[in-house]
Amino acid sequence: MALGKEDIAKRIAKEVKDGYFVNLGIGIPTLVANYVREDISVEFQSENGVLGMGPFPFEGEEDADVINAGKQTITTMAGASFFDSALSFGMIRGQHVDLTILGAMEVAENGDIANWKIPGKMVKGMGGAMDLVASAENIIVAMMHVNKAGESKLLKRCTLPLTGVGCVKKVVTELAVLEIVPEGFKLLERAPGVTVEDIIKATEGNLIIEGEIPEMVID
Amino acid sequence: MINKKVNNVSEALSDIKSGMTIMLGGFGLCGIPENSIAELVTKGVSDLTCISNNAGVDDFGLGLLLQKKQIKKMISSYVGENAEFERQMLSGELEVELTPQGTLAEKCRAAQAGIPAFYTPAGYGTEVAEGKEAREFNGKMHIMEEAYKADFAIVKAWKGDEAGNLIFKGTARNFNSCMAGAAAITVAEVEELVPAGTLDPNQVHIPGIFVKRIFQGEKYEKRIEQRTVRKR
Repeated sequence: MALGKEDIAKRIAKEVKDGYFVNLGIGIPTLVANYVREDISVEFQSENGVLGMGPFPFEGEEDADVINAGKQTITTMAGASFFDSALSFGMIRGQHVDLTILGAMEVAENGDIANWKIPGKMVKGMGGAMDLVASAENIIVAMMHVNKAGESKLLKRCTLPLTGVGCVKKVVTELAVLEIVPEGFKLLERAPGVTVEDIIKATEGNLIIEGEIPEMVID
Repeated sequence: MINKKVNNVSEALSDIKSGMTIMLGGFGLCGIPENSIAELVTKGVSDLTCISNNAGVDDFGLGLLLQKKQIKKMISSYVGENAEFERQMLSGELEVELTPQGTLAEKCRAAQAGIPAFYTPAGYGTEVAEGKEAREFNGKMHIMEEAYKADFAIVKAWKGDEAGNLIFKGTARNFNSCMAGAAAITVAEVEELVPAGTLDPNQVHIPGIFVKRIFQGEKYEKRIEQRTVRKR
């Protein structure tokens, strides 16, 4: 059984370690915050200028001046701080942020990522994604393994305009957890009930399978 | 004290002309100079080049200037929430320069700080790097980006004083503090304008030297783009 978005977020949450400063992108990555273990200390950074993001506010307590990069109203935790955009990207470029989790339209076996533009069809812009992927040491991509037409999004080479080159370290999809190594996508884990054969079929890029592939532990 | 106070928005923006390049603070609709944008619509200036992280939504923020076709070129990082923007861009009516968000912020900050150009790894190996100098530092490739040159910077702060000192609130600081002083003329609109001597100098985010004119906005709608709440 392929994972739902919440389960992908739950699996990625296990990658968040004690003492990490984490930047979460829009979409599935935002959900990760809901599943981080409560016994560890983690601070979430949002590139529009807040460190120490908390949950959504209670109804009636929304503040138009306190939002995340997805323009959603948020709250702050004890120890939080606000800052301007230049300082925010100073934190990112200066590699003070330990982990970046973002979505993608395509990822290639060499770690290239595309997530901002479909020529002639859709142009949302790169936002902070290019700065994040160019600088972060530890980048995890949360994405669907195949598109709506059933075509693989884990490719030999990206076909869409790139966001960054050779930067993705790990990919978590509805089917698998994969690590990017020099030879391609190394299969680490498969979703419960999903076979290695299913993953081979859904992956266009070079897939490396060594030994028994364990099932993901979600909860 | 050098007094930067002007009486109202029309006085603050009296010399903005068609064809100018204008920086506008804000992230989404958070911290945008609402009163100044309304004034630009009223004035009817056109052929503007606007440097702003986003382009508002269809019926608020810079979306109001887009509707009236007053903008010739937008320089932004993310335009996802504006259907009219996407339509004008894809049809070619509107010139668009998409810039990585951190680069956009730094190009403002560089202009503010008198730095003509800088190197950043953001965008290397992508469309953004086309035509730009690439150079390796410490084993990693970077591209050269130049500081913006703008005629006006229009920023919005929470509180300000007659000396032009500014204090921001929450995430409404965003690009406002990077843009203050980054253009030939900086106009600041504030929710509350107080006499000099009222603000604690320890708490000032942007010193008045970066601000040429300051006024108190008549009203603030402060629209929320994505109202998200949780249950009690």
